[in-house]
Amino acid sequence: MNELPILSILLVLPVIGILLLTFISNNSESDVNLKQTALWVSFLNFIISLVVLFNFNQADPNFQFVEKYYWLGDTISYHVGVDGISILFVVLTTFLVPICILASYNNIKFSMKEYLIAFLALETFMIGVFISMDLILFYLFFEGGLIPMFLIIGIWGGERRIYSTFKFFLYTLAGSVFMLLAVIFMYWEVGTSSIPVLLQHEFSYDAQIILWLAFFASFVVKIPMWPFHTWLPDAHVEAPTAGSVILAGVLLKLAGYGFIRFSITMFPDASHYFAPMIYALSIIAIIFTSLIALVQEDMKKLIAYSSVAHMGFVTLGIFTFTIQGIEGAIIQMISHGIVSAALFLCVGVVYDRIHTREIERYGGLVNRMPLYSFSFMIFILASLGLPGTSGFVGEFLVLLSIFSVNTYFAVFATTGVVLAATYSLWLYRKIIFGQLIKDDLKDILDLSSREIIIFVPLILLTILIGIYPIPVLEIIEPSSQLTLEIINGKMN
Amino acid sequence: MGVFTIILPEIFLFLSSTLLLMVGLFYKRVNIINLLTFLILILTAVLVIYQPSSFGFNNSFVNDEFSKTIKALILIGSASALLMFSPSRRKINIDIYEFPILISFASLGMMVMVSSNDLLAMFIGLELQSLSLYVLASLNRNSLQSSESGIKYFILGALSSGLLLFGISYIYGFTGNTNFSLISATYDKDSLGLLIGIVFVCSGLAFKVSAVPFHMWTPDVYQGAPTPVTGFFALAPKIAAVAIFLRFLYSSFGETAADWQQIIIFLSIASMIFAAFAAIAQSNIKRLMAYSSIGHVGYILIGMACFNFEGVQSLIIYLILYLVMNVSVFSFILMMKRKDEYCENINDLSGLYKHNPFYAILIALSMFSLAGIPPLAGFFGKFYIFMSAIKSDFYLLAVIGIVASVVSAFYYLRIVKIIYFNEPSEKFDEFNSSSLNLLFFISSGIVILFFVYPSPILNIGNYAAKTFF
Repeated sequence: MNELPILSILLVLPVIGILLLTFISNNSESDVNLKQTALWVSFLNFIISLVVLFNFNQADPNFQFVEKYYWLGDTISYHVGVDGISILFVVLTTFLVPICILASYNNIKFSMKEYLIAFLALETFMIGVFISMDLILFYLFFEGGLIPMFLIIGIWGGERRIYSTFKFFLYTLAGSVFMLLAVIFMYWEVGTSSIPVLLQHEFSYDAQIILWLAFFASFVVKIPMWPFHTWLPDAHVEAPTAGSVILAGVLLKLAGYGFIRFSITMFPDASHYFAPMIYALSIIAIIFTSLIALVQEDMKKLIAYSSVAHMGFVTLGIFTFTIQGIEGAIIQMISHGIVSAALFLCVGVVYDRIHTREIERYGGLVNRMPLYSFSFMIFILASLGLPGTSGFVGEFLVLLSIFSVNTYFAVFATTGVVLAATYSLWLYRKIIFGQLIKDDLKDILDLSSREIIIFVPLILLTILIGIYPIPVLEIIEPSSQLTLEIINGKMN
Repeated sequence: MGVFTIILPEIFLFLSSTLLLMVGLFYKRVNIINLLTFLILILTAVLVIYQPSSFGFNNSFVNDEFSKTIKALILIGSASALLMFSPSRRKINIDIYEFPILISFASLGMMVMVSSNDLLAMFIGLELQSLSLYVLASLNRNSLQSSESGIKYFILGALSSGLLLFGISYIYGFTGNTNFSLISATYDKDSLGLLIGIVFVCSGLAFKVSAVPFHMWTPDVYQGAPTPVTGFFALAPKIAAVAIFLRFLYSSFGETAADWQQIIIFLSIASMIFAAFAAIAQSNIKRLMAYSSIGHVGYILIGMACFNFEGVQSLIIYLILYLVMNVSVFSFILMMKRKDEYCENINDLSGLYKHNPFYAILIALSMFSLAGIPPLAGFFGKFYIFMSAIKSDFYLLAVIGIVASVVSAFYYLRIVKIIYFNEPSEKFDEFNSSSLNLLFFISSGIVILFFVYPSPILNIGNYAAKTFF
């Protein structure tokens, strides 16, 4: 099993899917061949990632399934591997892409081939970010994912798609190029860009500050943290449904993963120095964006702002430098990946039927769409962090960790939970409950079987992780513990 | 005989071009002359690669790894220009056999210039190249724009040659030598006259390279000249000019890099920043490519300023990738015909992906590559340049370069936006030119797949950089 380059297969399989798609002529009206090919390729990729997960040795905190090939000279290699922190993100990515493709079956009206090719290319880049063990390779995949996302938002998006896709691309690029300079500086200082080697190296305090800020420039835009979050509402609203799903589900996690893997371990002194700033920005994000979400008229924008709030918990947890904080952040990211993706899919369900995202246009859907109402309820409750859903586990661990660091920050962060409840329940009440009086809603249909297939795994995961998160925690614990040991080792 | 074997490729090129010139007078079949010139250029490239490294002509001619690499690149660029020439020549009214001959004479001038180890030899090569280029720019005798671009190029080029000669005379006056190696030996740090000479020579060379603030000729000449000629301008002359600039500075003033590094850094910063902003307003694709090439020269100059092994290596890698990217874009520009009329406005590309999806993705990825987005080839060019900049501790230069890179990404993205997000305009004529298709697919293929197998080009960079370090 270990001789098979299974991680490279994960990377290459979507590319093979792209090649297959280019040779299928899209002459049939419903593009059935295209959709089925893409669906089966991405589903196969998901199965392979599950195989990796099941063969993953949970007790070993180091990188597994490692492959290293000569790439750009002796010191920059094609070096891939997974550890406890990254394996779950890989599975999340391969899990969400087939769901996205399935969700796009009926709402992409043109150029299906290019759409599916863009999604498979995006999958390759996202998997590449999580499995790369070389900083240059990481950067290549990190930035490369911008190209398919740019095309997805710009071609199949809503009315202001061109403005929002340019904003997304240029804003993210502007932040990330500083990370490139930092990576190059680190390469010259250490002599290699291999992540395991760089994790052991101790940089000088002054170098750490500059490098931390450069990495921060990139991650603060991508997570996104307040006040560099302004691209997110535009990008989410204008993207097609599946585009928003993958954006919220995976692309935001690239930066959270980056914080854990790079910022706190390679620059621990700088991280401690800047931790109060991160706490402040996170709490502003949690409280402020929750309040903004409360006044939104557009469903997608509301959920987009709630994403910013949830990611605020993530950054809060990471920079507490406690095991609860890091594990809480990772579980919060996994949970948010599932829940936020599901919420955008819920919006997509009604958007496919009524073609508007205005909250005012909806009301009383429970009368005609009981299945949909049930699914939506699960995800809304997960979003606000109800115990029993996956949203609670991450939030609680993060709040525990920030409480141990500073009780005042903990008080503010906990009020974020209350605010999350307000906008989530408000949204649910406006759309689902009440009388069904609007004319265009009178004939609305409940979930089709395709939509049920999409929601069932998401519901199951949300509840399973909420009730029994131990398997997830067991996977991420050894590597998170090792991360903390590296940090504490360098600080002493 | 022995003293001439060192310039065997140049002699071969010269004799065969002159022969073809006389043949063309009587035979006039442009196609055949073009094909023969193409073969001659390829043969010359082979001869260049197999030349042993040596000095000649009283040390004024040098054939080392660097010059061999650059000469091979120049000849490949010229050969590509010849492939671009054939399909379009009747329509652009340049259906004359002098085109391939002028290209080969220009290549000859460039080869002499790149191999020169002496200021006068450099000037001879420079003038042969420049005179050929002036004529090439105005080759379309029926076009006002073409004549205008030729005149502009000639006048400004003559001015810059004058500046160059003035600088050369000062250097000779204050060191007593024109040979690079001898100048290096008799360098006097405190000589103001020598510094003035260096500055003037740098100005003249910066004109040839089209670095800011000596770039004013580039947009007008690129836009006015016939498109195959523009394609040629963007490729070989720029590579040659960069190479001679580098050799002049490194060989003559290698000991005292700190004196001239500032000049190059200034040229680099100015070029990158200017090109990043100026191209935003452009809607003519040839003019846009002119500003884009000014920007790329800015990045190349970063590599030159670093004055270390990584600097030269990154410069060579960037030149190779720049050559490939420009071949890709210009061969596509030459395929943009509607009802047999050439389209030069970027809005003509609207909605290209609906009509020709395969071509659209290839040109869009070429645009992303020019912007420097990974995993395309352009990213690696910029990556190596910034590697050398950071190694030399030019942090501010790297930051300015990277910010300019983000700003310039806008106008490359705008072309992708026009291709993919706009309503489709009228369909282009069939892309059925075999030579243009060949060039386009090979070059886009290299651009897209470079990251999979970068070793050959990286090794060429290594090989060439060993000459100086």
